[in-house]
Amino acid sequence: MHRAASDLYQVTFSSRPYFSMSSIISISGVTKTYATGFKALKEINLDIERGEIFALLGPNGAGKTTLISIVCGIVNRSSGSVTVDGHDIGKDYRDARSLIGLVPQELTIDAFETVWATVNYSRGLFGKAPNKDFVEKVLRDLSLWEKKDSKAITLSGGMKRRLMIAKALSHEPRVLFLDEPTAGVDVELRQDMWAMVRRLREDGVTIILTTHYIEEAEAMADRVGVINKGEIILVEGKAELMRKLGRKQMTLELRVPLSAVPDGLSRYSLELSGDGNQLTYTYDNQSDRPGVASLIRDLEATGVQFRDLDTKNSSLEEIFVNLLRQEP
Amino acid sequence: MNLRAAPNFRAVWAIYRVEMARAFRTVLQSIISPVISTSLYFVVFGSAIGSRINEIDGIAYGAFIVPGLMMLSLLTQSISNASFAIYFPKFVGSIYELLSAPVSYLEIIIAYVGGAATKSIMLGLIILATAALFVPLRIEHPFWMMAFLLLTAVTFSLFGFIIGIWAKTFEQLQLVPLLIVTPLTFLGGSFYSIHMLPGIWKTITLFNPVVYLISGFRWSFYGKADVSVGVSLGMTLVFLAICIAIVAWIFKTGYRLRN
Ligand SMILES: Nc1ncnc2c1ncn2[C@@H]1O[C@H](COP(=O)(O)OP(=O)(O)OP(=O)(O)O)[C@@H](O)[C@H]1O
Ligand SMILES: [Mg+2]
Repeated sequence: MHRAASDLYQVTFSSRPYFSMSSIISISGVTKTYATGFKALKEINLDIERGEIFALLGPNGAGKTTLISIVCGIVNRSSGSVTVDGHDIGKDYRDARSLIGLVPQELTIDAFETVWATVNYSRGLFGKAPNKDFVEKVLRDLSLWEKKDSKAITLSGGMKRRLMIAKALSHEPRVLFLDEPTAGVDVELRQDMWAMVRRLREDGVTIILTTHYIEEAEAMADRVGVINKGEIILVEGKAELMRKLGRKQMTLELRVPLSAVPDGLSRYSLELSGDGNQLTYTYDNQSDRPGVASLIRDLEATGVQFRDLDTKNSSLEEIFVNLLRQEP
Repeated sequence: MNLRAAPNFRAVWAIYRVEMARAFRTVLQSIISPVISTSLYFVVFGSAIGSRINEIDGIAYGAFIVPGLMMLSLLTQSISNASFAIYFPKFVGSIYELLSAPVSYLEIIIAYVGGAATKSIMLGLIILATAALFVPLRIEHPFWMMAFLLLTAVTFSLFGFIIGIWAKTFEQLQLVPLLIVTPLTFLGGSFYSIHMLPGIWKTITLFNPVVYLISGFRWSFYGKADVSVGVSLGMTLVFLAICIAIVAWIFKTGYRLRN
């Protein structure tokens, strides 16, 4: 079954940038062509709302890290402009950057420094006055306090990941970028991180995360953006997204197996399982396909009886996969 | 005025401190080894061979080589300190943090070049102190001695910084010091006066910038120089200006940093 192209367009269109007092990051017309000539970003327009958790989804090589790197000042953009809380990342780079904390995708730390020195260094680098109590609190929150005198090289992968987070939080950022924070992280730590992200949000920190785990976006995000081949193909509130693009499926367990879908039900394009025991009806909230109620009436009319029925909503993951499939 | 737009001195201090801490962590490498190698030079050149060499410009050979020896270490150490300091974070990827921090290029330069230059000046003074144990030294122009020390350390730390940004591999990082700087220093009159060279070589030598550094530095010790002090100072400043221009270009274009 195919979603009408116009549906998708409508959704994409509604995500076009608009001026908003509440947006904390505003990206407009940003492109990036790497020295190799590769065009990693084509005209990105995106607004991040103050205080939200925004999940940037996209397959490998879509341009997520490139986009984040541009906003954070690590990579020069080829064109376009970005403001952070009204500060242009070029002209007012000091103001813009001091608001941002970044946890990059790769684990990159100076292996020979201690945890304590590393985190205090980060704070100093961002121009903040030394504050031992605050750094201690960050380390305690991330369960790194016991390791404060250990060299980074002696930490486990998960601890290194937390150390990177501690560095990013050391200067009290208002915006936090998490580039695949939970890659290679065990379930327990992942849940700790989610809890931490929610606490930060309660403190008013805006969070932008990229992830391959769609359940993560589903559990955490207020809004979701999908990027593919250097283009933002959709930005939508998570709830609206699930409602608009989510599909529903109703499965009927039949009392008597059927050999074929009865003629009277042809307009529903039902699927009959191989053994003839199950009928599946796939529909979505927007399309003009007839509703479940009319199907049930028609089932009765055609004399098909069922023992049980089951409905399920598609997950964000299925929505995501479908979206990418529709991309040329 | 917006406070955050003000210079980020804390960042300069944070970087500088980490760079200095690295030196003290590797104290064996950064202090003991130059002391040992300087001592070896004096045992070999100062005593064993030097006793058979006549005075040069009225200076005992052992004392004559001290300024050149200091310059030799100053150049190589400034370059290797600074190039490594910026290459290493590039190599492991931790440079992301520096690039995402609210620091200006000037602040980055001051911190890294300052750190590297401090280390090599300390090293120069350690060598001087070691040398004083072996040969009688006199310094006629202490102010100019320190000025040349500082100027050379800063210039070549800047040069090392450029190499560190340019280098994509560890080989490249060592290429320039190995293939250019070391030969130029050895041929720059560390161990002899260029007046001792036969005619044509003397002229060729004048194209070697290191000659001017060593000559000027030796003048600050003994008041004797191969080329005039003004020319020495001028050439050092020219080289410094070239390095500054290259660094300015690197930062303007984001060359090998933000691309
Ligand atoms: N320095 C570079 N030079 C040339 N091409 C690059 C460079 N960095 C990234 N690219 C290319 O740009 C594209 C986007 O890369 P990017 O790292 O932004 O993707 P991503 O969405 O973060 O992927 P992933 O999910 O794998 O992390 C990729 O095709 C990548 O090969
Ligand atoms: Mg990435």
